[in-house]
Amino acid sequence: MAASLLEVRDVTKRFGGFRALNGVSLDVREGERFGLIGPNGSGKTTLINCISGALRNESGRISFRGCDVTRLPAHQRTRLGIARSFQIPKPFTSMTVLENLCIPLEYAARDVARADVVDEAMAILRRMSLEDKASLLPGRLTQVDMRRLELARAMAAKPRLLISDEAMAGLSSAEVDALLPILFALNEQGITIIMIEHIMRAVMRFSERIAVLDAGEKIAEGPPDEIVKNKDVERAYLGE
Amino acid sequence: MKKGLPLLIAVGVLLAALVATRLVGNRYLYFAGYVIFQYVVLATAWNILGGYTGYVNFGTAGFFALGAYTATVLILAFKAPLPVQIVAGGLVSAVLGLGIGYLTLRLRGVFFSIATLALALVLQTFVMNWEYVGGAKGVSIIRPAAFPPFASYVEFLFFVMAALAVVSAMAAWWIENSWVGRGLAAIRDNEEAAECMGVPTLRLKLLATVVSGCFMGVAGAPFPYYVTLVEPVSAFSLDYAVNSLAMPMIGGTTTWIGPIVGAILLSTAQQVATVTISSELNLLIVGIVLVAFVLLAPQGIVGLVQRLAGRRRA
Ligand SMILES: Nc1ncnc2c1ncn2[C@@H]1O[C@H](COP(=O)(O)OP(=O)(O)OP(=O)(O)O)[C@@H](O)[C@H]1O
Ligand SMILES: [Mg+2]
Repeated sequence: MAASLLEVRDVTKRFGGFRALNGVSLDVREGERFGLIGPNGSGKTTLINCISGALRNESGRISFRGCDVTRLPAHQRTRLGIARSFQIPKPFTSMTVLENLCIPLEYAARDVARADVVDEAMAILRRMSLEDKASLLPGRLTQVDMRRLELARAMAAKPRLLISDEAMAGLSSAEVDALLPILFALNEQGITIIMIEHIMRAVMRFSERIAVLDAGEKIAEGPPDEIVKNKDVERAYLGE
Repeated sequence: MKKGLPLLIAVGVLLAALVATRLVGNRYLYFAGYVIFQYVVLATAWNILGGYTGYVNFGTAGFFALGAYTATVLILAFKAPLPVQIVAGGLVSAVLGLGIGYLTLRLRGVFFSIATLALALVLQTFVMNWEYVGGAKGVSIIRPAAFPPFASYVEFLFFVMAALAVVSAMAAWWIENSWVGRGLAAIRDNEEAAECMGVPTLRLKLLATVVSGCFMGVAGAPFPYYVTLVEPVSAFSLDYAVNSLAMPMIGGTTTWIGPIVGAILLSTAQQVATVTISSELNLLIVGIVLVAFVLLAPQGIVGLVQRLAGRRRA
């Protein structure tokens, strides 16, 4: 069994008096394809925010590659190799699509020489079928392309762990089928991937292991075929 | 743009300023030219934080006056030469920028803006009650004698301010075209995304605040020799806060040339208005022009020109 790349221990996050996460623990192994699911408002994005450093958890510990990163600012975690996409796209609006990718390439990516930044960015755009849009401002993109840009920009940080927060929302099933092989290929190159997705078909096919959140607590974890049979999961999704 | 071009323009401006002192006899033009260059420095400095980074500073007058009063103290205490005053004024204002940035830049942008506004008021109150620099009455400063090739000390001050304008514009140009400027633009566009994409947002914001504050102090340092009566009301004038914000907005905030265009146009208009109508109208002019631009050309003059040029090409 491969070593843990990411360790989340008893993480709790409150918003005022409301507990969005309540003692959540997770282990994601090096090279794994990990799915994170749960009903709306169950805390998936909040957990990603804590892992990436966009939010600070009040208690609990997060380690990445054996280092405690709980108190590190987000940009340092990105440089260590954690990159995430945003569920609600947050593009750099005054920059072209290409320039959007240059920011993480210049600031976060390891082993990319400054002279190669634009070539690297173009290569990622080609992979995501965005090369025709390279010189557009994000405001001119369709919703679907905007989500692709989110994922492309996270890829441009050259992460060890890529966290995709609902990158497939709104995609047609043909578009989902086009995106999955790209994520499989990234994983093949050794990138660990956490996929948050409401599209069950995609997340079940993609993930080796899945964790389920409900109301800020982890209620189940296991391979996809066990998760679909799990009674607690069924109850969380369908209600009593 | 080619790498050598800005340097060429810089040398050109300086030579022109020097030649002007040989040719122009009218002393009023040096006073007016000094003010225009001073606003080029202030508008450029403001824009490094306000335009590139998106953090609005309402306290330009505080940073400017701090530079002016640092110079005043140096003159009164040591008769320090002008270059020393400029360096010291810049350093003190840079430290002020660092302090206020450190205290407020972790918070949302409005808190920074409010803090800068309060800061100018606090500094002014402090100076009003500081007898060493003359308190509210102010203090008279004697201008040094002129020296060749300058026919008067004011000509020399005019040339110095031209040089400071060139230096600040080159600093802005460098920031804009470097990794620093790209990081600042990412912060302005979306700070959370910038941080998650590896941009050290707090450090870059502090850097921008320090550089911006430094140039504001630099612009204020020659003030004592220019006015020869340093008093708080003119040193902390509302004009500095309003103009340093309005000029980049009118010229365009995303490039180094925008604040320069805005500063030249607006301060020239103000100079003309002061002579022909009254100095009371200055802020009124700024207000009207600013409202017009915000409504009709929010990208400023540079943005307008770029859009027209783009349309022609398309
Ligand atoms: N910044 C915030 N301030 C206050 N409450 C928040 C904040 N962010 C999230 N919440 C609340 O925390 C809970 C979990 O939200 P979160 O966005 O993590 O859910 P999610 O599982 O990602 O849901 P979805 O599937 O809809 O994306 C929700 O009840 C939400 O309203
Ligand atoms: Mg979510």
